[in-house]
Amino acid sequence: MENKLKVLVAKPGLDGHDRGAKIVAMALRDAGMEVIYTGLRQSPEEIVKAASQENVDIIGLSILSGAHLKLCERIQKLMKESDIEDKPVFVGGIIPAKDVKKLKEMGIYEVFGPGVPLKKIVEKVKEAVK
Amino acid sequence: MISEREVAETLSLIEKDPLKAKEIVSKYPERDYFVVGITGSPGSGKSTMTDKLAEMFAAEKDVAIIAVDPTSAFTGGAFLGDRIRMRRSVKRNNIFIRSMASRGAVGGLSPGIYDAVEFLGRAGYDIIFVETVGVGQSETDIVNLADLVLLVLAPGSGDDVQMLKAGIMEIGDIYVVNKKDLDESQKILVNIEATLKLSGIERDVISTNSITGENIDRLKNIVQDHLTVLNQTKKLEKNRKDRYKFNLLNTLFSILRTRYSKIEDLEKIISMYANEEGENNESKEN
Repeated sequence: MENKLKVLVAKPGLDGHDRGAKIVAMALRDAGMEVIYTGLRQSPEEIVKAASQENVDIIGLSILSGAHLKLCERIQKLMKESDIEDKPVFVGGIIPAKDVKKLKEMGIYEVFGPGVPLKKIVEKVKEAVK
Repeated sequence: MISEREVAETLSLIEKDPLKAKEIVSKYPERDYFVVGITGSPGSGKSTMTDKLAEMFAAEKDVAIIAVDPTSAFTGGAFLGDRIRMRRSVKRNNIFIRSMASRGAVGGLSPGIYDAVEFLGRAGYDIIFVETVGVGQSETDIVNLADLVLLVLAPGSGDDVQMLKAGIMEIGDIYVVNKKDLDESQKILVNIEATLKLSGIERDVISTNSITGENIDRLKNIVQDHLTVLNQTKKLEKNRKDRYKFNLLNTLFSILRTRYSKIEDLEKIISMYANEEGENNESKEN
């Protein structure tokens, strides 16, 4: 009957700035999606567990700490172990251009830096789950 | 016990289609389980309390939590943030947490919730906590779903006149006055005790602080005592059977809601009803 897009928005690691994550979560909510936000300072284990239990369609990670490569690698490994590696992952935050390339090579679906219109994020998320 | 992955995926199927849900659930063997409803106004501390209680019960039993948050009536979207407060439970391996959006249901619950709860029970969870959306005054559906209802109150949700109104104040099996550290909290406690006494109703009333954990162990023992009684009197089994009837009613309502959600559909019904009334009146005149 109802097929709502379910998104996990998570903040892995130790940076304490979640304004960006909350704004993106709000934009996705306003686009009619069900957004689960798990709050600050989550470990990769907690994030993957939440994604698995909630059976979300897609995972968004907000990272401003510079540890994006390590964190994404670990999250992808755990997703594989939990049998949910088929769920797309997108990343938002301060990511240097050369790392954007690396993340995409690792299988990250999309990377959104500062200044990306919210509309574009919504579109991309919808596309990913189609 | 079935895998966490299977539980998660089955819950998604259940949420999608309430009719198919019953078919899916019936594949798992029947089993008694205990449903604790946690309700109260927004920001009264329900999630933090659920987290602490779940952790305590998880020492002996497998626990599931369903946390409901509201769906926007305008965009259909939802922001589900209850996991943020469940810092302890998210780390435990024998606690399964699921967030659900209310998706147009008006009683503080979600359309698929009866089937979801029944499924979790059959899947092997012994205690299922259902945290409702932060409720106002009349969201009392939780009474039909839960074996035991905890009504969580906290300072800032109105004066003693609010306690005289029908609705939410009548549904608690246990009245929990949270945020014990605030002065106003003691006043609420006294008010509730007086109101209950005047009505001649005997209920447990307890004041807690869900952040520091003060009195939460006492609350846990009260919940445990209720569970023991429900078990001894075979009430859990009876409740489970009654719950199925409410489940059907709930499904019926959600089907009607989806089918007649557009204004044109409503107008059709209104004109149908008007015609019928007209015919009835005519036949009376004859």
